[in-house]
Amino acid sequence: MTAYSFFHRVLMAAITLFGVAVIVFVLLRVVPGDPIAMMISPGASEADIAALRAQYGLDQSLPVQFWIWLTSVLSGDFGTSISLRRDVLELLAERLPATLELAAAALVFAVVLGIVIAVTATLLSRTKLSPLVDTLNGLFLAVPDFVWALALVLIFGVLLPVFPLSGRINPDSQEGFATQFYLLESLLTLRFRDLADISLHMIMPVLALGLPLASIITKVLKEALAEAMVQDYILLARLKGMSRLRLVLQEALRNAIGPTIALTGVQFTFLIGGTVIVERIFAYPGIGNMAIDAVINRDLPLIQGLVLVFGALFILVNLATDALVVAFNPRMEA
Amino acid sequence: MTHITRRETLALGAAAFLAGILGGHHKVLAAEEGTLTIAYNVNLPSFDPTVGPSAVNPTIQAIYRSVFDQFIGQKPDLSFEPGLLTEWGWNDDKTKLWMTVREGVTWHDGSPFTAEDVVWSLERAAKQETGNPIQFIWSTAGNYKIEGNKITADVVRFEPTFFKWMAFLTGYVLPKAYYEKVGAEGFEKKPIGTGPYMVDEYQGNAFLRLKANPNYFGGKPTFDTVIFKFVPDTTSRVAEIESGASDVTLEIPYEEFDRLKGKEGLAGVATPISDIGMIFLNNIEVMNDKNVRLAAHHAIDKDAIVKRLLKGYGVPIDTLEAPEYDAYDASIKVGYDPEKAKELLAASGYSTDKPAKFKIQTTRGFKPKDYEMIQAIVGMWRKVGIEAEIEVYEIAKHYELRAADQLAPAAFYNWGNAIGDPTTSTGFAMFGPSPHSVWNTDDLDAKIGPLWGEKDEEKRIAGWKEVSKYIAEQGYVIPVLQYVQPIVYKSSLKVTPNVSGALQPTLVSKA
Repeated sequence: MTAYSFFHRVLMAAITLFGVAVIVFVLLRVVPGDPIAMMISPGASEADIAALRAQYGLDQSLPVQFWIWLTSVLSGDFGTSISLRRDVLELLAERLPATLELAAAALVFAVVLGIVIAVTATLLSRTKLSPLVDTLNGLFLAVPDFVWALALVLIFGVLLPVFPLSGRINPDSQEGFATQFYLLESLLTLRFRDLADISLHMIMPVLALGLPLASIITKVLKEALAEAMVQDYILLARLKGMSRLRLVLQEALRNAIGPTIALTGVQFTFLIGGTVIVERIFAYPGIGNMAIDAVINRDLPLIQGLVLVFGALFILVNLATDALVVAFNPRMEA
Repeated sequence: MTHITRRETLALGAAAFLAGILGGHHKVLAAEEGTLTIAYNVNLPSFDPTVGPSAVNPTIQAIYRSVFDQFIGQKPDLSFEPGLLTEWGWNDDKTKLWMTVREGVTWHDGSPFTAEDVVWSLERAAKQETGNPIQFIWSTAGNYKIEGNKITADVVRFEPTFFKWMAFLTGYVLPKAYYEKVGAEGFEKKPIGTGPYMVDEYQGNAFLRLKANPNYFGGKPTFDTVIFKFVPDTTSRVAEIESGASDVTLEIPYEEFDRLKGKEGLAGVATPISDIGMIFLNNIEVMNDKNVRLAAHHAIDKDAIVKRLLKGYGVPIDTLEAPEYDAYDASIKVGYDPEKAKELLAASGYSTDKPAKFKIQTTRGFKPKDYEMIQAIVGMWRKVGIEAEIEVYEIAKHYELRAADQLAPAAFYNWGNAIGDPTTSTGFAMFGPSPHSVWNTDDLDAKIGPLWGEKDEEKRIAGWKEVSKYIAEQGYVIPVLQYVQPIVYKSSLKVTPNVSGALQPTLVSKA
């Protein structure tokens, strides 16, 4: 990646983020639900209500409110959450790692599962098992993440209660963590019992988030592999006596992975969006779960902070995807 | 010295990981001994029980009451009992009030609880800048004086419910010295109270772990540890109790309640709580016609709604005063009478061919079967000559419209009143100047106005009963039902239901 293209991408990212900021700010103020109306005490007078409105800066005009908020954000002050009564940036820093670990684990699971099924399906193509793989994949593709979440709650929470239903760690755990990256920290500090506990808590949310993405990866990669398998260089390799498994893994996969990476990047942003409802169902303490409470409480500073974080994540994921695609196929740089 | 190779280290780690996975299985089940795990339906947003939106959330009070003590305690039947105050009252002409502070109480950090804590808490609550949502009550007394464990104060404006609020929203005593030392943020990070349980660990949106306060003035609590798991999703709460991962849960669909309480190892209790469902009427459009209002009320078969939609879990009501409230009057009846409804509508020129038309707003899923109830009511109205159009909105929109007095002619809502006083139900819901009222006419305000500062308690309660009767006669609001709270728990436990709806750990014991 040249310096020019790097700075161009960063500039575009900044402009996109500014656009997100403007849209979310305006939308939050035109959608129904006045946060002050939810806080008015039964005995409040008109003056009390006006004072409350002024306390949260909602008595200013929209452009003035936006300017105050934007300049504060640029100086690192995201404001104070109305409902949680804490610094928004501090809250985001506390909760974001949980979501990042969950999303990353779901991505790894989806990619591994997607590649394994796609490769297996390619190896099994033109056999009686091929339609079965396609049907199963179609099923995974058709069921959205939140339905998976509810189904998993019933299957592994009630019928076969093997996994914890809620939270990120056993509430009985007396171990403390120096960071909010529990999974990573327990791994790096070799606290394997904690690692197991955290992993157990992640299994169901990871499955719910990862299964739909895995099926998309499978579908795209399987088609790309099918195309690659009829190319001349594959036929040549086959004539040289290379086994079908080696043909797929060593020759076809490398060429087929490009479009899969691009699509996975786009779909990963949807997966991050899916954490909102999945975290809620599994009472997982990430930014998605917090976002629902923020919306219910019309907590404007927190919603704005959360949307900016989600926006930044989406942009970062897209940048990383572009970089990966180029790394796998340098011709894409142009 | 024993040398462990990298390979051995990895093998040991893998073994520990596997042991954790396999050993973790038993952790799925809630601990039987010494720990009570509650799958709770809301998250705890902040610890200070006196400021911010969570301070006025009735559901969160169960958690606050576990960590903090109220000035005055409240029994599960809503009657009052000594809390951190052992005695309280006014002088004869109601110009002064007095309180006696409990002795021998300590804060969770071991420091002594004093009368200064009480006065500081009351004075802080009375200041508008601190953001106490009930400041309008706390500001009605001032000039506090301490003498030993006795406190006296001047009554700024006589407020008959002053002491009742001491057992309700924001009526908590906080530690003066500790709060001043650590500040608001420090208090949120490490809150202390005098309550039966001490905060041990908190993960927002996940869980709150409490440890028993061995020095609690009410005696050491039954459970050494209490865990509130914040599980807002209904399906997940059902799974929590069904799988045994939690010991108690609440607010689940009545169908699930019936199913779960019949399962081996589980039990259930469902009793009326102080929340009611009602239809606000706004004095606009056809609602200015008394015949239409009364017809709309007479046309609703509340018994059928409770039986068919809520599986019998509800109590039909005719006024905004539920049976447990102080100003409940069983003689006030409106009654289901579709023929009378037709007559009333006919008197105003309406019939099934020429129906009275208006809009009714409702939430969907905010309370059990809210939308379905309104659908059923609209169906009943249609049969007598009322055509109502349903508009579904979010609860935040309801608050916004109500504050701006822009609700539709009819709007379904729920109202809580855990102190059972008529001012906190009929008063705030129906008095025109209240920001929460919807009906706004001079005749009703003239009847309610004098009751706010009435010093004779008997006369005051009688006055509110008269107001309820007048409202029923005029049809200014349509009370629908009193809600029933379903609680499911392990049969090895015993749960005492609380009319206020607060599922406090102190109300759970071993069977």
